[in-house]
Amino acid sequence: MFDLTDLLIKLIPVFPLLAVISNGLFGSRYSHEIAHRLAWGSVALSFLCVIGVFADVLSSRVSHEVIAYQWIFGGDLTINLAYLVDPLTCVWLLVVTGVGFLIHVYSVGYMHGEDGFTRFFTYMNLFMVSMLLLVMGNNYVVLFIGWEGVGLCSYLLIGYYYDKVSAAKAASKAFVVNRIGDAGFLLAIFLVFINFKTLDYTKVMAQVSQLSPEMATAIALCLLIGAVGKSAQLPLYTWLPDAMEGPTPVSALIHAATMVTAGVYMIVRNHAIFDMSPIAMEIVAVVGGCTALFAATIGLVQTDIKRVLAYSTVSQLGYMFLGCGIGAYTAAVFHVMTHAFFKALLFLSAGSVIHALSGEQDIRKMGGLSKKIPWTYRLFLIGTIAIAGLPPLAGFWSKDEIMGHAFVNHHYLYYTMAAVGAFLTSFYMFRLTYLTFYGPSRMDHHTEEHVHESPMVMVGPLMALGVLSVLGGLILGFPPDHGWLHGFLAPVAAVAGEHEASAGLILLLMGAATGIALLGWGLAHFLYSASPATAESWSTKFAGAYNTLLNKYYVDELYDFLFVEPTKRLGELLDWFDRTIIDGLVRGVALMADWGSAGSTWIEKYVVYAGLNVIGLGNHMAARQGRRLQSGMVHHYAALIIAGLFLLALVVQLIIQL
Amino acid sequence: MLEELAASFPILSCLLFLPLVGAAVLWLVEDEDMVRTSALTISLVELALAIFVLIRFVPESAAMQFSEHASWIPGLGISYHLAVDGISVLFVGLTAFLTVLVVIYSWDTIRQQIKLYMMCVLALETTTMGVFVSLDLILFFVFWELMLIPSYFLIKLWGGGAERHYAALKYVLYTLLGSVFMLVGIALLNLNFHQWAVLHHTDQVYSFDLLDLLTVPIPLSQQILIFWLMFMGFAFKAPVFPFHTWLPDALLEGPIGMSVVLAGLKLGTFGFMRFSIPLLPDASKSQTVVAILMCLGIAAILYGAIMALIQPDFRRLLAFSSISHLGFIVIGLFALNYQGLQGSLLTMINLGFSTAGLFFIAGFLYSRQQTTHLSAFGGMAKQVPLLASYFLLIGLASIGLPGTNGFVGEFLILLGTFKANWVYGAFAVTGVVFGAAYFLWYYERAILGPLGKAVKSTMPDLQLREMIIAVSLSVMILWIGLYPSPFLRIMNGSIQALVDRLDHGTVASLTDSVQRQDH
Repeated sequence: MFDLTDLLIKLIPVFPLLAVISNGLFGSRYSHEIAHRLAWGSVALSFLCVIGVFADVLSSRVSHEVIAYQWIFGGDLTINLAYLVDPLTCVWLLVVTGVGFLIHVYSVGYMHGEDGFTRFFTYMNLFMVSMLLLVMGNNYVVLFIGWEGVGLCSYLLIGYYYDKVSAAKAASKAFVVNRIGDAGFLLAIFLVFINFKTLDYTKVMAQVSQLSPEMATAIALCLLIGAVGKSAQLPLYTWLPDAMEGPTPVSALIHAATMVTAGVYMIVRNHAIFDMSPIAMEIVAVVGGCTALFAATIGLVQTDIKRVLAYSTVSQLGYMFLGCGIGAYTAAVFHVMTHAFFKALLFLSAGSVIHALSGEQDIRKMGGLSKKIPWTYRLFLIGTIAIAGLPPLAGFWSKDEIMGHAFVNHHYLYYTMAAVGAFLTSFYMFRLTYLTFYGPSRMDHHTEEHVHESPMVMVGPLMALGVLSVLGGLILGFPPDHGWLHGFLAPVAAVAGEHEASAGLILLLMGAATGIALLGWGLAHFLYSASPATAESWSTKFAGAYNTLLNKYYVDELYDFLFVEPTKRLGELLDWFDRTIIDGLVRGVALMADWGSAGSTWIEKYVVYAGLNVIGLGNHMAARQGRRLQSGMVHHYAALIIAGLFLLALVVQLIIQL
Repeated sequence: MLEELAASFPILSCLLFLPLVGAAVLWLVEDEDMVRTSALTISLVELALAIFVLIRFVPESAAMQFSEHASWIPGLGISYHLAVDGISVLFVGLTAFLTVLVVIYSWDTIRQQIKLYMMCVLALETTTMGVFVSLDLILFFVFWELMLIPSYFLIKLWGGGAERHYAALKYVLYTLLGSVFMLVGIALLNLNFHQWAVLHHTDQVYSFDLLDLLTVPIPLSQQILIFWLMFMGFAFKAPVFPFHTWLPDALLEGPIGMSVVLAGLKLGTFGFMRFSIPLLPDASKSQTVVAILMCLGIAAILYGAIMALIQPDFRRLLAFSSISHLGFIVIGLFALNYQGLQGSLLTMINLGFSTAGLFFIAGFLYSRQQTTHLSAFGGMAKQVPLLASYFLLIGLASIGLPGTNGFVGEFLILLGTFKANWVYGAFAVTGVVFGAAYFLWYYERAILGPLGKAVKSTMPDLQLREMIIAVSLSVMILWIGLYPSPFLRIMNGSIQALVDRLDHGTVASLTDSVQRQDH
């Protein structure tokens, strides 16, 4: 039976895949123009398909399951390459293809004139394919293909400037740290298969109530390990700040808007399992809350514009995990969406700043840019207000909803963590804005002369994201807890037994959140605009704390000391062991055989060759002298052994029977 | 249900002896270019025959197909019995495929005695084919031992290292030592058959035929003894940790062509799957055997991976990565369930593309810098982008990235192991992390970063012949990774039969279910 929606679903990942094949294999034969048109054109086509599918899901409220082909099978296992499109998938599809499209267009301008222009777009399209598989798969293994696929693209794009040592190192680090998470994810997949005898979501979720609480906890925690790796949460977050080595559009698409939210997707997708395990939920919330706070503190003092944004991403992902951990799945997904809008906006505007300053990323060498690049400034400011959580911009609604859930359900500790985090967020974001766009210029003369506003192909997507950052929250999630998104996601993410807050409490919490954000802004204004000297004096007064933050709590150094170096030492020790002990034994045996050979020559001559003659297998060879045996002629040994061993076999048999 | 489908035309014999006859013909050729062309033609015809066998092979069937049977030494029950089933037929294709690539690779990289070299390569192909298609254990053993002769000369005469004589001898003696024990095991199987046959007054009193041996019960204590004897043969050859020290030497000192065959064709673990497990099912699933093999496998995974992490020479790194991969295969085999066995078999085939592929890459590196040591490389991605790309693709296959063949095999192995015993599974999964680490770290230092001091800016990118090798390997890697269905269908029947055999053991004899339809 032909179904248009099923066809559209199948087509979604096909367009970018075709672009990958074309640009990857033949990209060097045609111009950059054709390459980038293929790249963003294919994403646009996917986006159109997504709109079609979305319209169908929206009107019919039916989820679609489509099998592309049978992939791995045998015995009691069948894994199809198959898709499941339900409201949850729709949300991610819209974000991935929609924001993805805008970032592709922006990249045309940003990457203009780069050496590996076509290579860049090939990797970006490959990322789109992987990310689409990730969110569209109807089973854990397809999710895992996408999961590692986006990891590969992240590796390739972080290492885009591969001749830079730091980029190459950051790329490997990202992949290997992610693999730690992936190992946990694999364990979760195996546990699911053992318990349910299937890996399809719908079949698993149908039987999920039969799971014992212990097993639910085990599966949930293994999944969490995977999510923590991909979404850069404590303790596996260290790869994400380093990932800023990649070109800025990559940071926006992969390391802010889409890939890093895959962990949230995975948890929401499996929320039925998590719901069965209060311990696992508690751990998710603790991980999220701690990460939100921890990363925000590091963000306070960083001086690289992209790294501030990177730590802010880690921190915001923490909010989403916190939301999941307290059962506010819809709020978490809501925050994924608004974050995709304003964080992509912030990264791309930062890219526009970097572009304008011929590659400068250090905010100590910026300042006073608001007049020179007004559009970039305005849009960056919108992003800042949105992430800081000031109404009515997008970030306010989603962050407030997570915090509100924490408060209403009596998770006061988490609420406090989130509130402090929100204050820090507002502070470091306005600090970044002040240092970049206000005050006197700290640029060197040469850079200053070349400052220019970015071309329309870059500013256009920024404007679109700016509109979404302003209105996105209102459209999707207003009124709080009863917005459009809540209704749409109700079939897949609703949780029973939630406390409903009174209207008064909601307003009070909103007021508090706004106040917190304003407080952060005020402090930033005081330190970085009104009284810059105070900022200087504080950094010397609290030098210990300042340096700890500046060095990111020395976590990288700690991991090196605890894991990387010991593994290398162990490798060297094993290498010695291998050469000296294991191989030493082998040589020892050989030496003994050598000593014994004087005696055995006699045996060879009079016993074995006699045996050869008796059995009659190698008699033509046996006529020769025993000395030839020492000549290293292999086939002599071989023939000798074939014959001699029959004798030995008989002897052994006799012994056994006695 | 071990059915046999007799061949109307002795195609397996053709496959078996064509390269050997070809080698003999090469002897008569004088001109060096003619030698190359003839060797290529022979290996291509062989590949065509192998593909024909694969196409005509009936999938989803446990039957022994294309069976040929002739008496050889009737007094001892030794026969010339060839056939392929889902376990062995893919190896036939793989052997033919890799030989073609080796011939292409050696085209201009072998500068001395090309005729003798090609003869050795073709002779090696015959003996390897023999190992895969023999059903008679003595016939198998003969090929198993004969393999050593061309291998020995290939390492000794065309090896690049200073220690090649030592490496060649070590390889040969090591394998021979293992074979000694294996032969005792084979003899014991024969004698066990004999006792049973005499007791039941059957016509045939001696047999080395796998299908005959499968029909008689073997007492457990006897099975365990034979298992460990066979183990020595297969584990030394594979090599299973800790019997591996010949491998780094042989791979580092020998010529690339030999390394491709040594590392690409997993003869030792094939032996476990072909003979040990079906012939000795009760021993194979006895607690001690499983525990020891699982521990050796996991030790190999971690030991190999951590060793690979610090190796500065790419070929030595690959040797230890092979040891690590063999650990995966071993645990998959001794998970003794469907996914484990299926994954192990697929991984054996996969490594024929990925590990062998990385050895070709090592060869490409070697022919540019005359070494595979890290000090000679660095930042070459700009100079040799194609080489860098295929290096990455094949490397990602070897660390099991989804979308490549490596993932399908590794996933099945880990799933099977986890099903059998989650503790082993959990340990084995950590290998996934180390695998990524050792490959990417080497790749980062050799290919990425700023241009190394020893790298000339004129370094040429992949040439035509190198491209043929890289592309054909990549096609196979992606094919099995994205659409493994044809391969899985070929092996499924035999895997199911193996699982059934393990369920029933030897005591419930299969006598009645064996139908012999040949002749």
